[in-house]
Amino acid sequence: MLSRIAESMFWIGRYVERAEDTARILDVQTQLLLEEAGIDEQTTCRTLLSIMGVEVDDDTRVDLTTVLRLLAYDPHHPSSIASALGAARESARRARETLSVPMWESINTTYRAIPSGHFTSMRPPMVFQWVRERAAFINGTADATMTRDEGWHFLMLGRCIERADMTSRLVATAAVAASTGSPWTSTLRACGAYEAFLRTYRGMETDRGAAEFLLLDRLFPRSVVFSLNRAEQCVDNLESSGQRAGFQNEGQRLLGRTRAELEYRSLSDVLADLPNEMERLQRTCALATEAVTRRYFAGAEALAWQGVL
Amino acid sequence: MFRPMSITGLFEDYPGARGPAYDEMFAAEQLRAPYERLRSSLTDLTIPELAARVEALQASYLDQGVTFDIGGEERAFPLDILPRVIEMDTWSTIERGVQQRVKTLEAFLADVYDAGQVFADGVIPRRVIATSSHYHREAAGVRPPNGVRVHVSGIDLIRDNAGEFRVLEDNVRVPSGVSYVMTNRRAISSALPEPFAEHRIRPVAGYPQRLLAALRAAAPAGVTDPTVVVLTPGVYNGAYFEHALLARTMGVELVEGRDLVCRRGRVMMRTTKGLEQVHVIYRRVDDEFLDPVHFRADSMLGCPGLIDASRAGNVTLANAVGNGVADDKLVYTYLPDLIRYYLDEEPVLKNVDTWRMGDPEAREEVLDRIDELVLKPVDGSGGKGIVIGPRATRAELDELRVKVLEDPRSWIAQPVVQLSTVPTFVDGKFGPRHVDLRPFAVNDGNRVWVLPGGLTRVALAEGELIVNSSRGGGSKDTWVLAGPGPLPRHAETTTVPVSPPPQTTGPALSDLADHEQQQQQQQGVSTGSTTQEVPPC
Repeated sequence: MLSRIAESMFWIGRYVERAEDTARILDVQTQLLLEEAGIDEQTTCRTLLSIMGVEVDDDTRVDLTTVLRLLAYDPHHPSSIASALGAARESARRARETLSVPMWESINTTYRAIPSGHFTSMRPPMVFQWVRERAAFINGTADATMTRDEGWHFLMLGRCIERADMTSRLVATAAVAASTGSPWTSTLRACGAYEAFLRTYRGMETDRGAAEFLLLDRLFPRSVVFSLNRAEQCVDNLESSGQRAGFQNEGQRLLGRTRAELEYRSLSDVLADLPNEMERLQRTCALATEAVTRRYFAGAEALAWQGVL
Repeated sequence: MFRPMSITGLFEDYPGARGPAYDEMFAAEQLRAPYERLRSSLTDLTIPELAARVEALQASYLDQGVTFDIGGEERAFPLDILPRVIEMDTWSTIERGVQQRVKTLEAFLADVYDAGQVFADGVIPRRVIATSSHYHREAAGVRPPNGVRVHVSGIDLIRDNAGEFRVLEDNVRVPSGVSYVMTNRRAISSALPEPFAEHRIRPVAGYPQRLLAALRAAAPAGVTDPTVVVLTPGVYNGAYFEHALLARTMGVELVEGRDLVCRRGRVMMRTTKGLEQVHVIYRRVDDEFLDPVHFRADSMLGCPGLIDASRAGNVTLANAVGNGVADDKLVYTYLPDLIRYYLDEEPVLKNVDTWRMGDPEAREEVLDRIDELVLKPVDGSGGKGIVIGPRATRAELDELRVKVLEDPRSWIAQPVVQLSTVPTFVDGKFGPRHVDLRPFAVNDGNRVWVLPGGLTRVALAEGELIVNSSRGGGSKDTWVLAGPGPLPRHAETTTVPVSPPPQTTGPALSDLADHEQQQQQQQGVSTGSTTQEVPPC
């Protein structure tokens, strides 16, 4: 498979997952703002933006409308759902000849809602529902039509790394909001994990339990550990070196180390400084992406010819 | 034959051809033969229904991404709903004519880049080639592996006022548009299933397989299982959709220049598993951008070393470099002579009458009647630089006259040919619009195969004669009718197993069946006492 195509596949996975998870995070936060009367809109919105990696000047007013514009509707803002869907489509366009027709069309029709104005006309929470459904549609189409070759592994790798990253952000937003309300229930709901959580913990609803479930559960597909595990597997499938000792692949090493650290440290230790721990995790995801890029996608830059005429 | 009044429905207000142009559907009030079946199969359709189908057609093109950009806005590639019909006999003439032309162009190119016998025999002056900006010395002396230089060609045809097909120009560099032939067919077959079912239309879906076969046949000697790739300038190229479609339907990689690297005279592509050798490149990048070592040094679209690799015989470029000398508009004027010279045949398809401005006598005559003629730059493509005399202002003509006198070799003149018209659905009704036809031919070295169909381009503005999509042109599906006899389609009869095992059902489904039985039993009980209601279960 061409390096350039592999890169496109990787980013399709990431962008689709990013759109979906941003929608989940926004869903939780808008709901919290509605339900909890005592919450300060300014602070919550500011925190949310900073956790999503958006910088805002200290003196600008930040309210829910600003957040929705920056993180959902504005196709020109790099953190918005609209731009993630646009980027997913652009990546798909670059890999179009390798995608199955249903896969391409599922991504393209999703994107078409943005220039056609359909996306902006939807309001929360409908719009978040729509994004989740479209992401499920794209992922389902991929699952049903793609061969399990390299392209698939790169797609999954992108998706898993993004999911680990975004779940950690979701956990961070919950941890920050915990001082003012009880965000864990809605956080679990946003992941579709509430029922699974209740069953697993036999109805014992604690913040600690919820954090544990979202971070460390080995069976829940959106947990950080599950995602990192899958990402490791993907790299392993791509590499298949059959080495007897250690790992050659820098990306695999980073992912594995972070997962092991999360799993083998005591929960209290991790929970003690949750926002910072989550930030470290996001950093690992970025480093792993860099490593994967260097290993598999490198060399696809255009060459300039310095010849004599 | 009795015909109900409603049959004219859709075409009631159709004014027919204006002026001298030939209308392909109607001769005065009379319907022409190829369209009889089409119109009768559209009898039940009303204008609003048709408009709804047109809308669905555009929506499906947007969803599939069959689009092009106008000023940054993505639009569906305009496809008219009414197909153009070409009968078998007419088509077989076109087919023969196109084959003849491609063979001649092949022979001419082989000659030009070799001994140049044609110059020695005085058929065409050497200066015509020597002054062409598309003559590349880099291609001289290169013998392509199976002798093919024009793997893919598109010969542009128009229909003159008498309805006869004539050649307007040859395209043997990188002709585009074939993808629309395939997507148009699929779109129209779902938009107009009724007429589609009633016609015997020759299929166009086989094109990618033919192309792939031809590309594989062109592989360097000794390579039995060649790696074929399609080289595209990138996603921002107007024809990117086509490049992706061809690569996808041929099952080969679509590469950009930066994916390729030349090592020791071989072309490799960068894959996740390292470098992999490439044997045949179907390139959709122009000659000038192909290799910065030999051509434009600032090009980022090609790959340094490509030409040397191809000269070394390690990679085949399709189409070959330097083909531009053959589809030059000046060489075009010599083509009837070249056909006679190389094939010893009379041209099947005539040229449009053309004057060479480099010819002093012709120049004088043309400059006298410049306001009646069409002047075309020899190098231009895509309708660029064409001046239509009767439509031009005084000032434009004066400017043109100066340009022609400055560099007469760069210009040819033709009479204004009123391209034929076909009814086209614009603004809620059918009106006559001018069309041309670009049949595509694939040469695999043994045979020149002509895709039965080709791209019909239509100028969507009323009276407009330039049909290029870069100038707001649209397209039509082109139906080439098959004669009697079987269509070349697979009609295998698969045997159905006599007693396939029944589908197994789980508890829920069998419960459902039981449940119905229970209900029936209950009803059976309740029919005894009609006054009582069925107790809810």
